[in-house]
Amino acid sequence: MTDATDKRMSLAEASALVRDGDTLVAGGCCYSRTPWAMLLELLRAERRDLTLARNLMCYESELFLASGAATKLVASWVGIGLKWGIPKVFREYVERDPAIYEEWSHLSFGLRLLAGSMGMPFLPTASMLGSDLLERTPAVEMRCPFTDQKLVAVPALVPDVALIHVQRADPAGNAQIDGPVYMDVEFARAAETVIVTAEEIVSPDEIVRTADRTAIPGFVVDAVVEVPFGSYPHECHGRYEADFDHFDAYAELVERDGVEGVQAYLRENVDGPGSFAGFLDKVGATRLLEQTRRARELVAA
Amino acid sequence: MSDATPVELMTIAGSRLLRDGRVVFAGVGAPLEASVLAKRLHAPGLTIVLEGGSIGPRMLPGRLPVSTNEMRAAHHASMLTSINDLFLYGQRGHYDYGFIGAGQLDQYGNVNTSFIGDPDRPKVRLPGSGGANDIVSSCREVMIMTRHEPRRFVERVDFITSPGYLTGPEARRSAGLVRNRPVAVVTDLALLGFDEETGRLRLDALQPGVTQQQVQANTGFELLVSDAIDELAPPTQQELQELRRLRDGDPTDVPETRKVTSAP
Repeated sequence: MTDATDKRMSLAEASALVRDGDTLVAGGCCYSRTPWAMLLELLRAERRDLTLARNLMCYESELFLASGAATKLVASWVGIGLKWGIPKVFREYVERDPAIYEEWSHLSFGLRLLAGSMGMPFLPTASMLGSDLLERTPAVEMRCPFTDQKLVAVPALVPDVALIHVQRADPAGNAQIDGPVYMDVEFARAAETVIVTAEEIVSPDEIVRTADRTAIPGFVVDAVVEVPFGSYPHECHGRYEADFDHFDAYAELVERDGVEGVQAYLRENVDGPGSFAGFLDKVGATRLLEQTRRARELVAA
Repeated sequence: MSDATPVELMTIAGSRLLRDGRVVFAGVGAPLEASVLAKRLHAPGLTIVLEGGSIGPRMLPGRLPVSTNEMRAAHHASMLTSINDLFLYGQRGHYDYGFIGAGQLDQYGNVNTSFIGDPDRPKVRLPGSGGANDIVSSCREVMIMTRHEPRRFVERVDFITSPGYLTGPEARRSAGLVRNRPVAVVTDLALLGFDEETGRLRLDALQPGVTQQQVQANTGFELLVSDAIDELAPPTQQELQELRRLRDGDPTDVPETRKVTSAP
């Protein structure tokens, strides 16, 4: 008999929990604690017709569009970071067909997942009042039934699958996050299915000893995958800093070759290496250690 | 005359607006640099909050964050919280200032960071709201910092991502935006306020050496002008040095790992 509390599996096995047509939400924020290994695994598995939702989206936006994996994106902002600006191919796709991208304010996006995590159909907010964002989203104006205040009602978002990368989890999926939690807890609580990738899988005893650090309880988690450097080239708080040289090279490639550049990046970093471990081999230990050293400088003792 | 660049002039003028003991929600880039500068110089009790969930961080010189969510933005914070909570403190009314940049803004302080052209057939797709819409909807005093160029200062924005006065104070009120108000626009040419009656931008002060005509020539609509236009004091050596040290770092500093505990 298998142990029901042991949810460990491989990236490839976890990717089978995502079906064509699903709405996914990816945790972390922009280039921080992104479930990068899992996202690449879904590209490798050639999932189709996905809706990818993420509060602040980095260049996974255009990887998912250019590979044909996603047909719709939902976010509040899309950019690689101040230095690199908006991803060029994402821009081209959306300028051609604005309907493939739904823009919310950051809090409105978060409240949609909070509503989902509360088991409630909507939440009220003061955000998006008077803006043109309002008419381009399903949000509606409402009056408070008690004070008659004008507010905006945002509908709950209950994603089919949440992809979350954390520093540590036990085999049952009890997951601990160091540094900012971003919206990961809301994502995990709202989604029907939750895939957790972790820098390391630790014993249940270790989780119990530091239970106040546990952000996501195992009972909402369906899969646990151990993936060291699972956010790389994005950062993972306290573990490794984002690889800005990798971003520079990517941005340069896409600036020069557009969608062909994105395809080339996918061939070189997803298809070519054949696995996330293969991708890390290509990056090399020297670089990974350097990014680890840089992260340590930023974490208060 | 100081040798400050336009962005430095703007950033330093912005930093002077922030008072000690207050809380500022700062966007990444110049608003964040202005906030860090204020904290290091005249407002040591200023609390900076950043979109990624970071409350009260201190920046390492030479390692300014490129996004508000990364480790650099969380350095030496007194609290790291969820993004929803970070915004909800603002919606509750705990943030004195909201400080953002702008791609395009109009005479009522409405900001567009979404589309250039018709949103259904955009000429250019911009990165989007992020937290800017939430900041202008909740933080008590909203301040905007941007380079002063005609293509940015337009009569009417193509899309209102983050509302200012919409078409005037009554329009803002009836839209339900009753918690706060836009107060200032800081540029490399001037400091602008808002006319209380009309909600339109008003020229209040000039950057050193800049003329009123120059400001108007770089504005795509007719600016209201204050009865008594001030001239902003030029950046001090201290302001400039500190700002440059923040951006470029200082090789003679103590090792970064030790700065963690020895930061001012």
